[in-house]
Order: sequence, then structure tokens, then C-alpha cells
Amino acid sequence: MTEAPERASERSWPLWEVFVRGKRGLSHVHVGSLHAPDATLALRNARDVYTRRQEGVSIWVVRADDVTASSPAEKDSFFDPAADKIYRHPTFYDVPEDVQYL
Amino acid sequence: MSTPQRSPLPGAEAALTVEKPYAGYLLGLADDAMVYAQRLGEWMTNAPQIEEDMALGNVALDLLGQARGLYPYVGSIDGTGRGEDDFAMMRDEREWRNVHLVEQERGDFADEMARLLWFSAYQVELQTALTGSSDAVVAGVAGKALKEVRYHLDHASLWVVRLGDGTDESHRRMQAALERVLPYLAELFDDDAASAQAAELGVGVLPSRLHDPVVARVTAVVSEATLTLPDGSTWRSRGGRDGVHSRPMGYLLAEMQHIARSHPGAKW
Amino acid sequence: MVMCMVMCMVMCVVMGVLVRVLVMVGHHGILSTPARAYGTGARPGTPALAAPAPISHTGLMYGNDVIDPNEPLNAAETDAYDAAAAHDDQRDGSDAVGDDFDALIAADQRIEPRDAMPEKYRETLIRQIAQHAHSEIIGMQPEGNWITRAPSLRRKAILIAKVQDEAGHGLYLYSAAETLGIDRQELLERLHDGRQKYSSIFNYPTLTWADCGAIGWLVDGAAIMNQVPLCRCSYGPYARAMIRVCKEESFHQRQGFEILWNLMRGTEAQQAMAQDAADRWWWPALAMFGPPDTGEAAKGGHTEQSMAWGIKRFSNDDLRQKFVDMMVPQAEKLGIVLPDPELRWNEERGHYDFGEIDWDEFWQVLRGDGPCNAERITHRRRAHEEGAWVREAANAYAAKQETRQKQKESAA
Repeated sequence: MTEAPERASERSWPLWEVFVRGKRGLSHVHVGSLHAPDATLALRNARDVYTRRQEGVSIWVVRADDVTASSPAEKDSFFDPAADKIYRHPTFYDVPEDVQYL
Repeated sequence: MSTPQRSPLPGAEAALTVEKPYAGYLLGLADDAMVYAQRLGEWMTNAPQIEEDMALGNVALDLLGQARGLYPYVGSIDGTGRGEDDFAMMRDEREWRNVHLVEQERGDFADEMARLLWFSAYQVELQTALTGSSDAVVAGVAGKALKEVRYHLDHASLWVVRLGDGTDESHRRMQAALERVLPYLAELFDDDAASAQAAELGVGVLPSRLHDPVVARVTAVVSEATLTLPDGSTWRSRGGRDGVHSRPMGYLLAEMQHIARSHPGAKW
Repeated sequence: MVMCMVMCMVMCVVMGVLVRVLVMVGHHGILSTPARAYGTGARPGTPALAAPAPISHTGLMYGNDVIDPNEPLNAAETDAYDAAAAHDDQRDGSDAVGDDFDALIAADQRIEPRDAMPEKYRETLIRQIAQHAHSEIIGMQPEGNWITRAPSLRRKAILIAKVQDEAGHGLYLYSAAETLGIDRQELLERLHDGRQKYSSIFNYPTLTWADCGAIGWLVDGAAIMNQVPLCRCSYGPYARAMIRVCKEESFHQRQGFEILWNLMRGTEAQQAMAQDAADRWWWPALAMFGPPDTGEAAKGGHTEQSMAWGIKRFSNDDLRQKFVDMMVPQAEKLGIVLPDPELRWNEERGHYDFGEIDWDEFWQVLRGDGPCNAERITHRRRAHEEGAWVREAANAYAAKQETRQKQKESAA
């Protein structure tokens, strides 16, 4: 098996992002990534790598290539316009203090 | 076991007939798990990918846990009161009741997946049957083990399929591994005296009854993997349940036991 | 278990950074141990880095066999760690700093993968995180060497789980490095051909069972000391990986301590084994923190930059002193004599004085002439090369499946 090393620069297994639901009632949270040849093995690997201490009740794996992310360059136009829409927050409104259930 | 092994421990001989008569049967199951855990532990730092180091480590830990679940119970029903380390560290080769399959030296990754496929398929059937054991402890251990060995079978199946239906080289290696493991399989299904007795008492299951369902499970995987299940070999292993082992067993024990035996009575 | 020793060694100090941790001392975070045993007279505990709790040096005698489970055994169980782990909460989310790299660093905000960052920052991080990851992976070997020989089944199970954790930690760290745009495959190649290093500590052999104890207690202890501050590293993915690592690592030091604890209360041969292991591992563990980098030694090197960038938080010398202060009382409790005749409490400094480390040996091992340098890399390369056909097969299968899927879809 020592003929292996120079196998035309080995193609590495694709990268998968791993999301774990810690317990019922919580969302899946990104915990890291790993390499696996396909989705089935990615799930198995995620189980062994990220939930050895019962950290999860459910796992998602997503091909890293398939994640479309907003870019920091777009950050201003994406997120700043929300800053002045303060009427979206309940504290914006003046109501008499003695009104219940508001 | 067809001929009961003599225990070197003082008093053990008499005690074996006391309490419950199926201690020897359970010892065989525990030893299978123990010895295979020992072999799988050898993969740590040697697996084809770091993720697989972890996966095989998990399988080893599960099997080690199964053995540790059974040993103290065996010690309590064979009248010797032995604990897990007495069984694992202080017995000589002739007192071990595991099958030859699990004691064979670590081969390449295909060899390991072939062995794990067969052993975990066997264990899935075995543990399923044992969850209905008339002995509550046995049923309890089996209930926990069943979840574990299903995962082992799943893991082995995934890999056998990928290796069989992967590259030409992996196909060739996987097929060769299926052939190499073949002689060690019949022994899993031998109805030795201890198994027969345990089955009669409703505690255990007759190994021969596991044969067909196990072969069916393995055949399905092998055919999905575009491989062929080899048929028949000119020789087959026997004797593990009677304490008659193959050459690698003595070396395995020497390695596993030497620290413990060099310091009699020591605690770790 | 990890040291980014090679990085440490070229880094120097900016003491000002220490002040930040001070502010957070006392905050109890996710891993805090509720009852601190300060004041029960004995041990320094593990004070936060810039604010050592007063060390009382009386009252601990050999043979005292009570371990207070509430006392922190290592740095991961102290306020310093909690503060780091809770650090995110302390940034109030007001993103007033903007996206400018320097402004974010100045405001002690985290840098995230897609942020603009200086090329040098990226390179330095890749090197540091990779070396850290490599150390975990190579670090599996010295202890992995004992899995088949562990003297009891309990020890065997613990050891397998520990070596597994090391693999896991390596993977968390490779995962963090990959967010910087480099493939794990490439990093492994750099490890295999010697372009990247791992901690030199793993170039020492594990000769007896007691070495598993000494590695857990001393090497993991030193690693944790070094890693806790990295939980506050400026690069988000690295900091998050370190938090995960530190949480898991504290079991490693405990199990090592427990191994030695049992040996020291065992037979004469066992005690001798434990003492011998401590004798061999003490000095290499001290060297793990890297060469002196305070005072005169601080001059030169590009470390100042790393400190300014928040990817190194404390000087090698500070961490080493902290480690010595933490370990001496533990050694006394174990009944192990640390192999340093100059080791003594210095009332004036409020620290232990200790002898000179043999830096010639350190450099010699680092340059490749250690007892196990060749063995470690050969083992690692062999495992990787022997697995190549397996990894290839999995790729081939995945490709076939994809084709089959497409054919099925186009047929439908």
C-alpha cells in the first residue's frame, strides 16, 4: 500500500457545514464543519465529531458550497436601513401606563 | 462449550455449578465484545481519515461497554465474584471463550469492514433475540447493545457499499476481504453446549438460528456493493468457545494484560 | 492537547493586554465551579492571569488524600476561562465600530471569515491554527500507544475517549482554519512534508503507563493554560473552536491527575513509575510555553503584531509562571517531587521561583532531533497513505451516485 502517496494530488472530500439542535425547543445551531464524501457519511461523521457528549438530538449537514451568504460588502445596504424603523418595536408607542395587557 | 474449561481460581470449579448455569454462555458473548474492542482500539491513529479514527473509536467503546456490562454479572452468577478486570486481565488464553473472528490481527480497512459487517449483523440478530431473554440483566444489556450494534452495522454497510462500488482497486480489495473473513464465520453459528443450554433456559438463543437472518442482512449489503458473497472455504475455524484459539490470541493477551499482570494486586 | 508552541516561541509580550481579563474576574460562566475553596488554607487555585490570588504555602502535606471536587484543577475551570467564554455576551452588539479591520480589533470585536483582513493576519492565523490542529492529531500517538495496554478496562475506555477527543479537537481546529480559505488536505500535506510543525512535546516517548498520567496532568495542564486565553482570540471561528476544546479538555487533565493519584497511593513500583514519569515530563512541559519573551527577550520577532491583533494574549513567561504556580501545590498533593532543586516559593514575588530550562534541548527537538520526531511523522504519513485508496473509493462512489441521480431525474 505504499504506492499511494503520489496519486495525482488527491481530490479531497468536500466540506460540510454542521448544524446541531441541542435539545427539543431549540433551533439548529452551526457548530463547525467536516469532510465527507457524501451526505450520508457526513451525517455519520457529524454524529461522531460533534455529539460525543450528547450535545444534540438532531443534526443537519449542508454542503459548504451550497451555502449562499450575504457579503460584508453588502452589509450597509442589507442591515442599516432597518435601523431607523423604530416603530417596529413596541417601546416606540406611548400608551397610558394604567392600561393593562398592552 | 462442549468441554467445560477448568478455572484456575481456587473455588471456582465448585462455584461454576452453583448459582446460574449459563455463566459460560454469557462469558462467550462478553469475550467476543472484549476482544473485538481490543482489536478496534488498534485503529486509533491508523484510520484512513481522522473522522474514521473517531468512528472506530466509538465502536470500540460500545463493545468495551458491552463487555464491562456482562463481566461483573458473569462473576456474580458463576460464584467466583470476579470483577471485570479479573476477567480481562487475569485469564489465560485457554479460559477465553471468544470466537476466532474477533481475535484475528488487524488487516486493511476492507478487512475491518468485512469483519465489522459480519460481526455487527450477527450482533443485531443476537441482541434482538436477547432482549427477550428470561434473565432480566441479559435482556437489559441487550436492549442497550442493540441500539449500538445497529449503528455499527449501518457504519459497516455504508463502507462496504462505497468500497465495493467505488474504484477498481477498492472493489478488488473489498472482494478479497470478504474471502479472507469467510473461514471465521461458521463458528459464530455453532451450537455449542453452553449456547444450547442457555437457549433451553430461555436465557440465550441458539446460534444456528441466527444464521439465516444474518446471511440475509449481509447478502443485501454485498449485492448493493456489487460484490459477490464467496461460497465455502476449504477450512473453517472452530474451538473458540472451548478456549482453543488461533495464534494471534496469545499475542493479543500478552499485550493487553502485561501491565496488569506485572503488578499483582495493584489498583490503577 | 495542544500548544501552538511554534507560534508562542516567536511571540513577545504586551503587558497591557493582561488588564482586560482582570475586569472580568469574578464572572461565573458556564463552566464555573460554584464553591471556590480559597480560604480553606491550602492552594492557590488557578487565579486569573493578571491577578493571582494570594498563595498560601502551608497546610498541604504529602499523604493528604482529600481532593476537594470543588477546587479548580486547571485553568479551564477558573474565572479566566469563564470570562473568555462569556466574552461574546459582553459585546453589546451595538455595531458602531463598523467593518474596518483595525477598528474592529481596537474595539476588541471578533473578526469573522468573510470580513476584509490583512493578508498577514490571515497567514499568521492559518499557520497558528494549523499547528495547533497538527499538535492534536500528532498528540493522539503518544497515548494511542497505550490503548491496547491500559492496565484496566476503565482506563482503557477513558483512554480511547481521550484520544478520540484529540482527533475531535484537531477536526474543530482544521475546520476553523478552513474558514480562512485553505483546504485541510493542503494543511495535512504541509504537516506530512515538514513545512508546518506541531508541538515538540509530542516528540518525547511514552515509556510507561504512568506517562499517560503525566501527559494528562502536565502536558494537558500546560495546554489548557495556553488555550484558555485563546478562547478570546480575535478570530471568531478560532475562538469558538477553542471554547469547545477547553470545555472538553478539562476532563483530560483530571484523568491524568487521577492516574498519578492512584499510582502514588499504590505499590512502591507504581509510585516509582509515577515519579519517573513526572521527572521526564516536567521540563518538556515547561518548555511547551516557548522561549522567554519578556524583558530583553521581548525585542525582535513579529510577535508584537500578534499581540496587537489579539491572536496571542499573554507572554510565554507569564503563562509558564502561572503554570508552575498552579502545579506545585498539585504535585505536593500527589506526593510527587518535581525535578527542580531550585523550585521554591518566593514571598516577595508572590510566585514560585524555578530553575533554568534547557533551551538547547528545546531547539534540538524542535529542529527534528528529538527521540520521536521521525516516528511521529512516519506513523502519520503511513496512516494517511494507507487510507488513500479508501478516500478515493468514497469519492468515486459519490460521483457515481450523483450521475445515477441525474440520470434518474432526466428519465423522469
